[in-house]
Amino acid sequence: MMKFANADEFALHMRREIIKMLAASGSGHPGGSLSATDIIAVLFHDEMNIDPQDPHKPDRDRFVLSKGHAAPALYAALALLDFFPIEELSQLRKLGSHLQGHPDMHKTPGVDMSTGSLGQGISTACGMALAAKKDGLHNTIYALLGDGETEEGEVWEAAMFAAHYQLDNLIAFLDHNHLQIDGNPKDVLSPEPLNEKWRAFGWKVIEIDGHDTEQIKAAIKEAKEEQGRPVMIIAETVKGKGVSFMENQAGWHGMAPNAEQAEQAISELFWQGE
Amino acid sequence: MTEIKKIATRDAYGKALAELAKENSNIFVMDADLSQSTKSVEFAKVCPERFVNAGIAEGNMIGVAAGLAAMGKTVFASSFAVFVTGRAFEQIRNSVCYPRLNVKVAGSHSGITVGEDGGTHQAIADISLMRSLPNMTVLVPADATATRWMVREAAAYDGPVYLRLGRLAAPVLYADNHEFKWGKGEIVRMGKDIVVFACGLMVSIALEAAELLAAEGISVAVADIHTIKPLDTDFILEMTERCGAAISLEEHNIIGGLGSAIAETLAGNSAAPFMRCGVEDKFGQSGSPEALLKHYGLDAETTAMKIKQVLARK
Repeated sequence: MMKFANADEFALHMRREIIKMLAASGSGHPGGSLSATDIIAVLFHDEMNIDPQDPHKPDRDRFVLSKGHAAPALYAALALLDFFPIEELSQLRKLGSHLQGHPDMHKTPGVDMSTGSLGQGISTACGMALAAKKDGLHNTIYALLGDGETEEGEVWEAAMFAAHYQLDNLIAFLDHNHLQIDGNPKDVLSPEPLNEKWRAFGWKVIEIDGHDTEQIKAAIKEAKEEQGRPVMIIAETVKGKGVSFMENQAGWHGMAPNAEQAEQAISELFWQGE
Repeated sequence: MTEIKKIATRDAYGKALAELAKENSNIFVMDADLSQSTKSVEFAKVCPERFVNAGIAEGNMIGVAAGLAAMGKTVFASSFAVFVTGRAFEQIRNSVCYPRLNVKVAGSHSGITVGEDGGTHQAIADISLMRSLPNMTVLVPADATATRWMVREAAAYDGPVYLRLGRLAAPVLYADNHEFKWGKGEIVRMGKDIVVFACGLMVSIALEAAELLAAEGISVAVADIHTIKPLDTDFILEMTERCGAAISLEEHNIIGGLGSAIAETLAGNSAAPFMRCGVEDKFGQSGSPEALLKHYGLDAETTAMKIKQVLARK
């Protein structure tokens, strides 16, 4: 297995793999994968109790990618941790591949829940957290949502549910990248103010810079100490983070880079060390 | 003639769940604020620690059920058939059927015999919706005995199941020790002129129609198709060919339900005359269950008349 100095270096390698696999597949979602990369990097590199040799161990932490279109970020993390050979990333979205366009829990080792239809992942994470509590497990259930995703009513049904059942083993992240397919959520259908909404629904809310791995780690530590209610970590992020020409561009929500664009992107992603 | 015992399949559902609560510590039961009506409350009474009320939020209920199942639980998620299969359709599709999770969706108050609540609450498309989903098994009990058996079989089976239940008390047709077979059609009355393929409450109506026609010298076979998916296609073809004519009878739209499933089986395989009987692509309305059955042509007399129409085509 490759070793990484820290979550930042892990995230950089994730970004390189995301660009490479999207260029190889010719379709997919770079913008929301790159905005979520640092959160997923901290979770998978530093935080989660998971084992690539035993991906189904019952007391493991769970991760539900409620914004399932960021699958490339999840696949990159899993491949870099040796859940499956990294060469397989080039098979993303191809017929017969275990790497589906959106996560499939039965096809890809390390994927805990099939997601892709927005709003549904957070509900399933609630079910997992409830089961874990009933079974007396001491694990944590993580979920990652998009900001546009919170326009789905089901998200708020789940928000009520998690608070009502005091799911303090549930830690959710909101990848607040300010772009959905048709533009800024504020212009499409504003879900703001998100922090006040989650607080009003009974969640503890922590607001951080979603690209600062130290802040992400500190937020998780604080969230784990919370008792009696679920925690939403609202992470301010940049869609397309790390690739200059993709940053803050709605057009890169669901378009893959061509070979030339991928080469340029990769050239921007190199490890400068600490 | 002794009075036939009547029990609503929703009552049998609640009772069967309560029974299972003691036997199987892995079972969770959910409801969306209708536990008094779906009778899942019977489970809650004996096992409150594994009963989860999701409130009036069916989509989230199915998602939570999927999450519980992903952690190894067997989950029964109940509500009215209209809401649980309609509003939560896409959650059933993407969070349950696509990942083939161990969730049993129980829809009570199916069909028009919901009665007075009216058309908004009468599920006439639930079989159609559920049977169109890959990985889904669709079960429709005709009576309390069948319901108990289905709940137990569904709990033992690892995968998604839709269980269609009714509000109205239905005649008990089967003996307590009756041996059902998952996926197999059941002959409840032998006959040679025509076969009625029915499900749910309509099995009883078909038996009444058969009795009416027997007085006229017409011999009607009645088959209970309790497993609509996977459908017992061999049985359906064999019975149709043997009798030379068939009808389907269901408390559901004639589009997409049992009748459609049978038509799909017969098309290209049988030249026997066949008619789909059910709700004829209309919404229901308020009324007593009995009045509604008559109004929508799902009573024994209308069924007998339709049988004769099909026989005339033989």
